[in-house]
Order: sequence, then C-alpha cells, then structure tokens
Amino acid sequence: MRIVTVRRISQIFFLGLFLWFCVTATLGTAWWQLRGWPINWILSLDPLTALATILATHTFFAPLAWALATIALTLFVGRFFCGFACPLGTINQVTGWLGRLGQSPAAREEANRHRRLQAFKYYPLVCLLGLAFLGTVQTGIFDPLPLLHRSVNLALAPLADNRLGVLNDQPRYFASAWLLGVVFLAVVALNLALPRFFCRFLCPLGALFGLLSRFTPWRIGKTAGTCGDCHICEQYCEGACRPSGRFIGSECVLCFNCLHRCPAGRVTFAAKPSAAGEAGLPDLSRRGLVVAGAGLLLASMWGVGRLAGTDRDPLLIRPPGALDEERFLGRCLRCGQCMRICPGNIIQPALFQAGVQGLWSPTVNFRIGSSGCLPNCIACGQVCPTAAIRPLSLDEKKGQAKFAAQGPMRIGTAFVDRGCCLPWAMDRPCLVCQELCPVSPKAIFTRTVFETLREGQAVAARSRGPAAVDLEAAIPVTVNLASGDYYLRPSGDPEAALRRITGLAGTNLTLESPLAGPGLPATGGRVDILVRLQRPFMDAAKCTGCGMCEHGCPVSGQRAIRVYSENESRSRPGRMLI
Amino acid sequence: MKQPKDEERLLAAGMNRRDFLKRLGYASVVALAAGGGGLALYDSKGPASSPAQKVLTGLGDFTLRGKTPGPGKMAIVRGTDRALMLARGVEALGGMEAFVQKGDRVLIKVNAAFATPPSLGATTHPEVLAAVASLCVKAGASQVLVTDNPINDPDSCFEISGLANAARGAGARIVIPRASLFAPVSLPQGKLIEDWPVLAGVFQGVTKVMVVSPVKDHHRAGASMTLKNYYGFLGGRRNVFHQDINGIITELAQILKPTLCVLDGTVSMISNGPTGGSLSDLKETGTMVVSTDPVAADAVGVELLGRSLADVPYILMAGKAGAGQADYHQLNPVLLNTKA
Repeated sequence: MRIVTVRRISQIFFLGLFLWFCVTATLGTAWWQLRGWPINWILSLDPLTALATILATHTFFAPLAWALATIALTLFVGRFFCGFACPLGTINQVTGWLGRLGQSPAAREEANRHRRLQAFKYYPLVCLLGLAFLGTVQTGIFDPLPLLHRSVNLALAPLADNRLGVLNDQPRYFASAWLLGVVFLAVVALNLALPRFFCRFLCPLGALFGLLSRFTPWRIGKTAGTCGDCHICEQYCEGACRPSGRFIGSECVLCFNCLHRCPAGRVTFAAKPSAAGEAGLPDLSRRGLVVAGAGLLLASMWGVGRLAGTDRDPLLIRPPGALDEERFLGRCLRCGQCMRICPGNIIQPALFQAGVQGLWSPTVNFRIGSSGCLPNCIACGQVCPTAAIRPLSLDEKKGQAKFAAQGPMRIGTAFVDRGCCLPWAMDRPCLVCQELCPVSPKAIFTRTVFETLREGQAVAARSRGPAAVDLEAAIPVTVNLASGDYYLRPSGDPEAALRRITGLAGTNLTLESPLAGPGLPATGGRVDILVRLQRPFMDAAKCTGCGMCEHGCPVSGQRAIRVYSENESRSRPGRMLI
Repeated sequence: MKQPKDEERLLAAGMNRRDFLKRLGYASVVALAAGGGGLALYDSKGPASSPAQKVLTGLGDFTLRGKTPGPGKMAIVRGTDRALMLARGVEALGGMEAFVQKGDRVLIKVNAAFATPPSLGATTHPEVLAAVASLCVKAGASQVLVTDNPINDPDSCFEISGLANAARGAGARIVIPRASLFAPVSLPQGKLIEDWPVLAGVFQGVTKVMVVSPVKDHHRAGASMTLKNYYGFLGGRRNVFHQDINGIITELAQILKPTLCVLDGTVSMISNGPTGGSLSDLKETGTMVVSTDPVAADAVGVELLGRSLADVPYILMAGKAGAGQADYHQLNPVLLNTKA
C-alpha cells in the first residue's frame, strides 16, 4: 500500500475516532454512550498538555502518560502526529484541499511556499510554556486538541444535535458558544488563505513537535541536489517545508505527498540528509522571543490583578471536586469535557468570570440547564482529563462512609434575596426552593407568618350563618382567596383565632368550620384578610450549593435565591462558617 | 572520471552513517530523558483535595520550665508612670534577668490592631513597649522582635500607634506580618484552629515570648486583654471565628505559652471597644499587671473594667483548658504602689 494511502486511512481513523469519542461522551449506559469509552485518549496523546501540566504542577498525571509514546515516535520520525493523527490537522488539510481544487500548479506552489512567518508559532509556544512554569496552564486555548474538543463539545455538537435530539434528548445550551464557533470557523477559514494555515503559523503543538523533530534520524529528503525542478512536490506539500530545496525538517508534517508525487522517484524517507541540503528549524528571531517574553510578563500580571484571590467573582462556582483556584488553573485545559458530560447542562464556559486566565474554564450557572448539580452525579470529575476537577466518588461528594467526617462537597452557599423573594417581598406563598432542596434534613427551613393583605385591612363585613362572612364590597385582589392560604380575623384583635377561607362567591366568604369563638362581627364590624406565608431561611451549614433552589426559583431573571461560591469546600480560606 | 565520484559517494555514505548514528543517539537520549522524567514525576493518584503542607501543632512553650513549678508569678502595681510601674513589677518577680538570659532572642507580641494614636488607648502603649524592650536588651537579649498581625494596614498601625518609634528607640525590630511568615497550624483536639494560617514564621529562632497588651472593652468578646491579643497571631480570613469568639480565644491560649505577660491597665478603654476613638471611652485605672500567667493577668484586667469573669467567658474556659489560673489570688500576687 502506498504511504499516502496509509496516511489517509490513519487520518480518517483518527478523525473518526475523535468524532466517535465526542459521541460517546454522552451520559448514559447504551453501548454508544459513556460506559468505559476512553473519551480522553486523543487528549492524552498530547505532549503539550503533558509538558504544561508538568511545569505547573511538578507532577505527571498518570493518564497523560500516553504523550510519552507521541514524543518518542516524534523524536525518531518527526511530526507524524500532524500528518497522520491530528483531527484538526485533517480538517485543515481537507478544507485546504477543497479550497484549491482546480487551481493552477503555479498558484499551488505559491500557496505552499515556505514563509518566514511560519516561525511565529514558536513564540506562542514559548509564552505558553512560560505561563505554565508560572503556574497557569493556558495551552488549551490554542492547542488543537482541546480547541477541537471544545469547539465540538460546546458549539458544533449542540448545533447539529439540538434539533435532532440524538445525543441529548434536550437541547444543550452553552454561554458564548458563538465565540467558540467563531474561533473554530476562523481556524477552518484560514485554510482558504493558505493551506493548513493554523498548522503552519499558529499551532503551538506543531511548534513543540517541530522542536522534537530537530534530530530525527529518518526524514524526507532528495536523492539528488538538482532535479527536473518540476516542483510538483511543492504543489502538494502540506507543511510548506520546501521539499524540493533546502528541506526544513521541523516544518514537515509527514504528509508524504512529495514522495508520492515525485515523477522521478527522487524523494525518499530515509536515514540521510536531503541531497539538496536541510535546515533544522525555521529562523527564530530574537525580536520574536522578546515579544514572547513580553507576553509572559503581561500575563504574569494576572497575579497582580488578584483575580484568583480575595477579589474573585463571588458568582464563580466551579464544579464539585474542582481544585482550589490556583491549582485548578494549573491543570484545566478548557477542553469542555465536563461541560459536555454534565447532565444538567449547568457547567458553562466562563468568559471573564474567572479572569482572563480562566477563559472558557468551567463555571456553574444554575440559570441555564435543566436542574441544579445532581447530588448523585459525579460525571464531571470522572471525565476531566487532567484532574483539575478531581474524580470524586459518590461517597466523597455526599460526605458519607469514610468521608462522613468532612461532610458533603460544597460548591457554594445559597442566599435568599429577601428583596425579590415572593413570600418575603410580595406576600405570595411560594416555597419552591425549600421543596427542591435535596439535602436531608433540608438546608432551607421556614418560619411561618401571617401578613394582612394590602387590600385586606379593616374590611367592612358581617357574619352570615355559622361559617360564612359577607363583605360589604368585593375586595380587588388578584389572588384566589379560597386557595387555602388566606385567613380572616377581626380587625384590631391580633390575638383572635384565624379562620381559613375555604370558599368565595362574590362578596360571600365561606370559612373553615367550626366557626366557634368570639370576635367575628355580628353586624357592621371590620375584618382583616391575611395570607399565611412560609418564608425561606438558609441553614448555611447544611447547604452544599447544589443550586436546585436557584434553578427552580420562579423569579426567573436574577433569582430570589442565588448560590455564591461562599463556603465552597475547595478553598479553605473561602470558608464562611467555622 | 569515475574513480573520484565513487570516493565521493563513499565519503558521503560514511558521513551519512555518522550523522544518522548521531541523530539516533540524540533522539534516544531525549526519548529516555522524557521517559525518565515522566517516571520521576509520575503521579498515579492525582491531586489531593487540598494542597499538601506541613502543619504545625502550635507556636511553642516559652515558659521557664523547671524554675517555677506550681502556679505562676504575678505582680500588680498601682500608679501612673508606666515605665516605673513595669520596672517595679518585673523587679518583684526577680528582675528581667530571671526571664531573659544573655543571647536570648525575644519576641514581643503587642496589640497594634488599629492605626490610631497612643492617646486613644486602642493599642499597646509605646511607653510600655519601650520599657519592656529596654529591660530585655539590658538583660542581654541578642535580638528583640516586635510583631502583630493587626486589623488595619500593618505599616500604618505600627507607625501611627507609636510602637514603631518605641521599638526603634529601645533597639527592637518591628516584624511586619508578611504572607511568607504564615504557616498552617492545627491544634491537636482543636475544633477551630485546624490547618489555619498562623504567624509562625516570626518564631524562627525565638527563645522567649512576651505578650504586652492594653486593657480594653470588646463588644463581642466582653474584654480584650492578654488572651484576646493572641488573635493577632491568626492569618487568613480569621473573622469567621467571631462565630465562636470564646472558643477561638480558648484554643489560641493553648497554642502559645508565653514567658511573661504585661497587662497595662494604667488607662483602660471602658466603652466603645475595641476601637474606642474618643478620650471619653477611656478611664484611668492606674494598674500594671506583670505575670507569667496570661489567664490570671486577664482575670485582674476584667476587674479594672468593672466586670466579672461571668462577663468574659473565655477566661474560665482557657483556665479549664490548662492555659493558666483564672483565680489569680492563687498566684499570691505581689501588690505594689509606685505612688507610695
């Protein structure tokens, strides 16, 4: 079989595998759902992830060890990953190919000419590794594998599936998905400007592979310094690595088109240098490295901004099991796996809630999605490729068995906003929050009060029969006084017994019997009409911040009960209660 | 014509082989290094729920062990001249030489809580600090450090309270509570001080500890004197502990056993504490307590405020926890009067 055929099969295989893992990253027990499929395998092949997390955490998280295989193979044969495996590389290659169908050989050759700016990608790499060394892993923003995972998880898959409902029964929503879509479309569209634009000019993973392939024993080369100069190899070169001239090994993505297309069979993949000479790396300029260093300096000022410290957005809630903010940012790739898997669709990509350094990192938003954080769900931590969200057991999340002493995992605390809560501010019975509180005993408890209605003060009335009262005029209330929540009491006698209103016809109120007891006006008296309100209170020591209350609150905009990161388990200095 | 071409080819082949072997070597070395590095840093368990840190169990016991068995020693001195009262009191307990030996490194914990002038009595009076520090230096201390983690901005507190000036004048050094000086402490069997940042770094090499405190009203704790002054060792968002103020002071009393306590009740803040802010909040109470027992010292201070032990529960609680003797009469205090 020809090597380009092998390469194409490999590309189709890896792209297919990538898409398949995106499909299987669906919560469920069907054969095509998350039930042991290694959905992070392609992410774990990524040496940039491995290197950046090592620099930030000084540990090498076991599941990332697959990267060693990628590194080893790259050291010996070059950037095979770009040509044979990278799913984004494949997408770029296909788009670039489509965009150039029918173009003249000269135009193709021009498009694949090596450009000095291809060295640019090394500068972001330097900057990203520098940042990792300072403790914040930002590689995932630009790294093609997290980028593609994020784009598919949060923009493309919902776009395709929200109408079909194959992957998820309910449509999935992700805040600022448009931005993720724009980034992805831009990466794809750039292939129309130049083929594999992202790979050649921007990809930090490609740059890392370029460095690793500096000394590959085997590489592309020519058997004769001069040939017919047909430049057919250049017309089909994916890496723009100058196969017909002084070959730049670090730019070669091992597409093998040159070898396949050369009419004279002069291109080889062999253990010797090209007869036309070779260059190890593209020319890196000092100026570029200075710019990268300046970028590093700028980014290191994030720490001065104190965004991860005491001035953190109190609405920044991380999924259960997330490490404290500092260690979290030393691991999170922004791949979106946690957001993809969350059955409630409440894990959302942060825009700036977590500061610039937390772009697209997971934050919990209880207003989007179908529920609060489910007490019996630990999916997000189980799919996190780097344990930025620790893989919790149910016991640890719920604080039972050997975790009983430390109590349940708290992601925040809910606070009642008495200014917009129905029973607190509007004399309306409600209590959805207390009903939904999944903690036992409930973190939300109530205190019952009777409040006189605004229109129900000292209403002229007289009793009629043993269980009825006639009002002199109908009172203009919009509530159903016979709903069981409303009561009647003689005016000016707060000690008198309250009578539940059970029926209403015009001005005639039926009261719960027996109607015995003094105080109801026989003739010409006045009564108050009261509402029975159960007002919610929070026992913060029991609240886990699951957000069921916030999600269910009928005040649909800014909810009348809201979860703040206060008292979250992950940051001990953030604890509110002792 | 043919001969040299062959030679050239052979030469090129040889160079190629050498180059190939060199590259093979490089690639293998880097691969092995990557593998070895990966193995060395290999983490099969994943991150722990909280970052691993060495946790201390306390700040130390600086009492003069062996020399003073049984109850502590105490002097209660009446008067108005702080330096004189202190000197008399210390003298009554055997002189500073009994507590500080040549070469000792002494840490003085003051109450520098607020950036207010000394006249308002919200902080340790600089005259007392100067007197204590001078006595320590005279007794042969190699270094005298003064510290607190105050409520207001630290630099401002030490300067405006006059404590920085007093320290400089007496040859002592102010230690500003930098973040790097805090380390987590867990009190064994404690409920509140658990993996909590405490100003432990200033204790590096310290051999004697003096706690020098004013007598103040405190709305939450009942009174702020010697034991409440320990609150200034806490770091982090320590105000969560106001939910159990007596509990936290009792635990604080157990993490440190000082060498000597000086409680300055020459003028006491009797209202609007612990900030005060007006001279009308102060009252002349004319008393200086010098004691090896912080609990007993506070028991005297409570009387200066016209309150009882029932008003300030942490004193009895700290006594019960073994931090000292709440019934200060048990110490047979030496009573002195500098005016006489």
